[in-house]
Parts: sequence; structure tokens; C-alpha cells
Amino acid sequence: MASAAENPAEYIQHHLTNLTFGQHPDGTWGLAHSAEEAAAMGFNAIHVDSMVWSIFTGLVFFFVFRTAAKNATAGVPGPLQNFVELIVDFIDDTTRTIFNYSNSLIAPMALTIFVWVWLMNFMDLIPVDWVPTLASAMGIHYMKIVPSTDPNITMSMALSIFVLIIYFSIKEKGLGGFLGELAFHPFPKFLAPINLFLEGVTLIAKPLSLGLRLFGNMYAGEMIFVLIALMFTGGLIWGVIGGVLQWGWAMFHVLIISLQAFIFAVLTVVYMAQAHEVDEEH
Amino acid sequence: MNLNWTMVGQSLTFIVFVWACWKWIWPLLINAMRERQEAIAEGLAAAERAAKDLELAQERATDQLKEAREEAAGLIDQARSRANQMIEDAKNDARQEGERLKEAARAEIEQEVNRAKETLRAQVAVLAVAGAEQVLGESVDASRHSQLLDKLAAEL
Repeated sequence: MASAAENPAEYIQHHLTNLTFGQHPDGTWGLAHSAEEAAAMGFNAIHVDSMVWSIFTGLVFFFVFRTAAKNATAGVPGPLQNFVELIVDFIDDTTRTIFNYSNSLIAPMALTIFVWVWLMNFMDLIPVDWVPTLASAMGIHYMKIVPSTDPNITMSMALSIFVLIIYFSIKEKGLGGFLGELAFHPFPKFLAPINLFLEGVTLIAKPLSLGLRLFGNMYAGEMIFVLIALMFTGGLIWGVIGGVLQWGWAMFHVLIISLQAFIFAVLTVVYMAQAHEVDEEH
Repeated sequence: MNLNWTMVGQSLTFIVFVWACWKWIWPLLINAMRERQEAIAEGLAAAERAAKDLELAQERATDQLKEAREEAAGLIDQARSRANQMIEDAKNDARQEGERLKEAARAEIEQEVNRAKETLRAQVAVLAVAGAEQVLGESVDASRHSQLLDKLAAEL
């Protein structure tokens, strides 16, 4: 809730600051009390809220799916199993269409990414002030509940996938094959430096686009919710307009969070397929 | 953008959840789904097989029924001809028996006639001798004229 004491800029700033635990410039460890303090901590800090909500949503995924998996029967499935199987079947189909190699990790990874990212994105649909207000009542001053609006979260997942791309590329093509693919393509061999540059950029662009796309979409969505929430402080008329806008944006956002989660999962599978692809021409 | 240890934490979390899904969630679910798919496929195949079996059984039943009917018809024909045969046989037997009885009766009659003739013949001789005696007025030695008398009797 935007309190009367906060001006709009402060309100927005407040909503975009993570609960940061880290080392202050003076060497002591503790929570940052402002965005400036958090920035001053540099790398020696951790976003407690992002981590908590990320692990929380991950556990929700794990326990729901694990419960379904443990009770999974080949007979008549119950409602939970039905629901879970719907998602599993969807991911399995999608993975099969894109990824034609034998690697048992890819489909479960796609499932984890799809459901987990969807759940993290879903936190965006919880009205922006509910949880932060509750947290501040408990003495916690910053609470950003959508982990996928934190670039740390999205980029670390993208980089983990990047590591897997390189690992599987080398495993499937050999180090020489992988480097050859980077150096002898798309131009003839004597233009290897240009090839290396082009392919290097392509390679680096994969994790960057993957992580930043999700971050950008969710951050922008969150920002619009925050801006709409500001209207509730402007009296009855602005409040009603804000309510309508929030409802409309939330409806639209349901589409965005699902789409972003799906894109993240599918691109992961596509990158994995490219890593496994052994092209005879080179 | 404050990049910090959150990245390391999230990477580890990511690895743990992917690994957990890989080991503890995905295989169980996908196996259950595959098993069900197989069971359904088997069920459908079995139903198809059963329908085909039923069709075959019906065909076989029809065939057997036809065969049985034909056999029954054959049996009835056979029985009928056998009955006719038996009637014919019986008629023949009866006819033959009749003939035989007739023959026997005829033979017996002949025998009786012969016997009567014999008796007559024997008495003829005596009557003839008696007649002759009356005529001649003297006894006739039967033994002396027996040959003549026998000849006479035989001529009768």
C-alpha cells in the first residue's frame, strides 16, 4: 500500500528493490536498508526475497509433481495425476518434435523449466502490495515476490543452460568438432577469424537472449502493475480506472506468463538439439 | 542490475530441481503414461481380436449347423430307403415263404395222392383177383400171378 508519506518515485523504487543481504562497504554483513546500500554491496550480496520465492515456487512444483508421480498409476488416473499428465504429455510432445536425440535429461529439464518459470511468473499476478505490506508489518522492508523480475534469477538459469549447451556440444561432437563448427562456418576455412567472431556472437547471444527476454517481459509487466497500483492513491475515479486496468492487464498477463514460460522451455530444448546436432558437412 | 551471489544460489537451485525432476518425477509419470497407453492399445487389439473370433465362431457355427442339417437329411434319407428296403425284403421273404409253403402243401398233396394211389393199387389187385375168382369160379393163386397183378397195379 502506498502510504501517504511516499511520493510516487519512492513507491516505485521501493517496489523494485530486492531484500538484499550482503557485505556493506565497511566490511560488516547485514541487510541493505536502501537501494543505494544494496548497490554498494556489489557482488558480495544475495537477494533473499528472490531466493526464497524461487525456492518456494520450485518446492511447490516439486511436491505437486512428486505427489502425482509417487501415486502415478497406469490405471484410471485421479484429478491430480490427470492434471500433471496433461502438462507432462504436452512437454513430452513438444520435446519429441524438436529434440530427436537420445538424452533422458532434456524432457524433464524442459518440464522443470516450464512449470517452475510459470510459477515464478505467476507471482506477478498476486496484487503488488499484498505481500510487501504483509512483510513490512513483520518488519521486512523490501519484498519483491516475482523471482523472474530479478535478472540474477533469469540469467543464472540461462547460464546454467549455456553450460549444458557447451557440455553437450563437446560431448557429442568432440572438442575439435565443436570448435570446428565455430571456426569453419558459415564462410570457408581461410576466413576462420570472421567465422569465430560471428559464431561466437551467436553462441553468446543464446543465454543472453534467453535470460534477458524472460527478465524483460516480467520486469515490464511488474512495472505496469506497480504503475497501475499508483492510481489507487489518486481518489475514487482513478481508483476505479486503476481497478479496471489492473483486471485487464492481469488477464493479458496470464497469457504472457504462460507464453514466456513456454518460450524459455522450448528455446532450451532447441539449444540442446543444436548442441546434439552433428553436421557432416564440416 | 545488481548481479550478485543470487546467481550462484539460483544456479544451484536450478540444478537441484532439474535433477530431482529427472530422477524422481519424470520417469514415474512417463512410465505410468506409457504403461496405460500400452494397456489401452492391448485392450483395443483384444477387442478387435475378440470381434474377429466371434465372427469366426459364428461362421463355424453356421457351417456346423448346415453340416448337421445335411447329415440329418442324409440320415433321414438313408433311414427311409432302409425302411423301404426292409419292407421290400419282408415282402420278398413273405412271398418266398408263401411259395415255399405252397410248394410244401403241393408236395404233401401229391404224397397223399400217391399214397392213396398206392393203397388203391394194392386194393385193386385184391379186387381184381376177387373179381377174377368170381368170374373164373376158382381161386387164383396170388403168388403165381403176382407178377401179372403187379404189372396191372403199376399200370393204374
